[in-house]
Amino acid sequence: MMRRYQEKGDVQKKAYYNDRFWVAPQIPKDPVESDEIFAKDLESLKSKFEIKEAYIQRGQMVVYIDPKDNRDVLKHLKEELAYNFLSELSAIDWLAQKGEFEIFYQMLSTSKRKRMRVKCFIKEKEAIESVCDIYKSADWAEREMYDMFGVIVNNHPYMKRILMPDDWQGHPLRKDYPLHGDEFAQWYEVDKIFGKEYRDIIGPENRDSAYVNERDTKHFARIRHEVRFGEEPSKEPTDLMKEYQEEGGVFLIKKFKKDKSITLKERK
Amino acid sequence: MAQHQVRYLQDGGLPVLLTTADKILQWGRSNSLWALTYGLACCAIEMMASGASRYDFDRFGTIFRASPRQADLMIVAGTLTKKHAEFIRRLYDQMAEPKWVISMGSCANTGGMFNTYATVQGVDRVIPVDIYLPGCAPRPETLQYAVMMLQKQIRRESAFQKLKPKRLV
Repeated sequence: MMRRYQEKGDVQKKAYYNDRFWVAPQIPKDPVESDEIFAKDLESLKSKFEIKEAYIQRGQMVVYIDPKDNRDVLKHLKEELAYNFLSELSAIDWLAQKGEFEIFYQMLSTSKRKRMRVKCFIKEKEAIESVCDIYKSADWAEREMYDMFGVIVNNHPYMKRILMPDDWQGHPLRKDYPLHGDEFAQWYEVDKIFGKEYRDIIGPENRDSAYVNERDTKHFARIRHEVRFGEEPSKEPTDLMKEYQEEGGVFLIKKFKKDKSITLKERK
Repeated sequence: MAQHQVRYLQDGGLPVLLTTADKILQWGRSNSLWALTYGLACCAIEMMASGASRYDFDRFGTIFRASPRQADLMIVAGTLTKKHAEFIRRLYDQMAEPKWVISMGSCANTGGMFNTYATVQGVDRVIPVDIYLPGCAPRPETLQYAVMMLQKQIRRESAFQKLKPKRLV
């Protein structure tokens, strides 16, 4: 997924630019033993669960667990180790590289003033157990994870899309989902409101932000060369949009004439 | 005697005003454009500012109404998402004829910087638009100018024209 390097000095001058993926450099990882509190926490976790990997990155401990243990680990963290907040939960798409989702739970302990992250990998069609009853904040986060990635969560009280419409197809935050949407997304509003037969009348979306066509007066006319919708473009500069009042003026509304106006020298 | 001559048709000599039905009706319509409160994103802040005392939309007879049944004008102020598209269409259909639409700001005009799967690429894909107002976000003065342009357009139209099916209706 590395993109090829391009000179970016003159990007602003170009109409088209499609250099997208930037791979962030890795932050160095420290051993867990370097922090006393984290070392104790990890020991407590290791005595009960299988820990695949653990390290400290940017002052936060990261622990990889087995996905089947996720409820027990979080319960243990809440009840025994005083991690009282689940601040965030979501998935990371590694489908292209490993065929897996990485699920992370970002935890905060207000008494220890420490943050840690519990991570696990699940396969694409695999489901994960809900942690809603342990941490209330997981409710919407799990719904969002389902909506955006299609990760199914078992035993969730209300497993439904949260951001996209209920009849949406596809999961937008997956890496294989096109930014401009697939065919369903591009025609969604047209299909829903008017029906598929209206696609020909309305036409496809213009996704090209650099699109300029002087002959096309159905979308935008040239500034100061404006004509009415669909008319032939005018070569001469038009006066159509400059004046907001008719020549003779409007009944009961006085037209402001600049040459007849008086500027006061002194305040009255 | 000449100084007492009444010039009936000039100087307001006769307390009678002659005009055409078209002119008086459209003049009335253009000066009481009630707008639907339709703020979708940050443009709504500018729209609210236009309605408040400093810029004072009431001068143009534009009062914001919270019901589409009472509104003549829909100012689409902000980003229209695909999830919301069906509702804007429903509200537009609920407005009584004659009705007009101002598409306010880049997002409503073309989708703006939201060139993504979830944004409608221009509100004119869903409802017919009379005036496109550029800007991100347009200043209240610009919105006033758009309303004045719309007033001019309304005055130019005939009052009793058959309701022409607009685009997409």
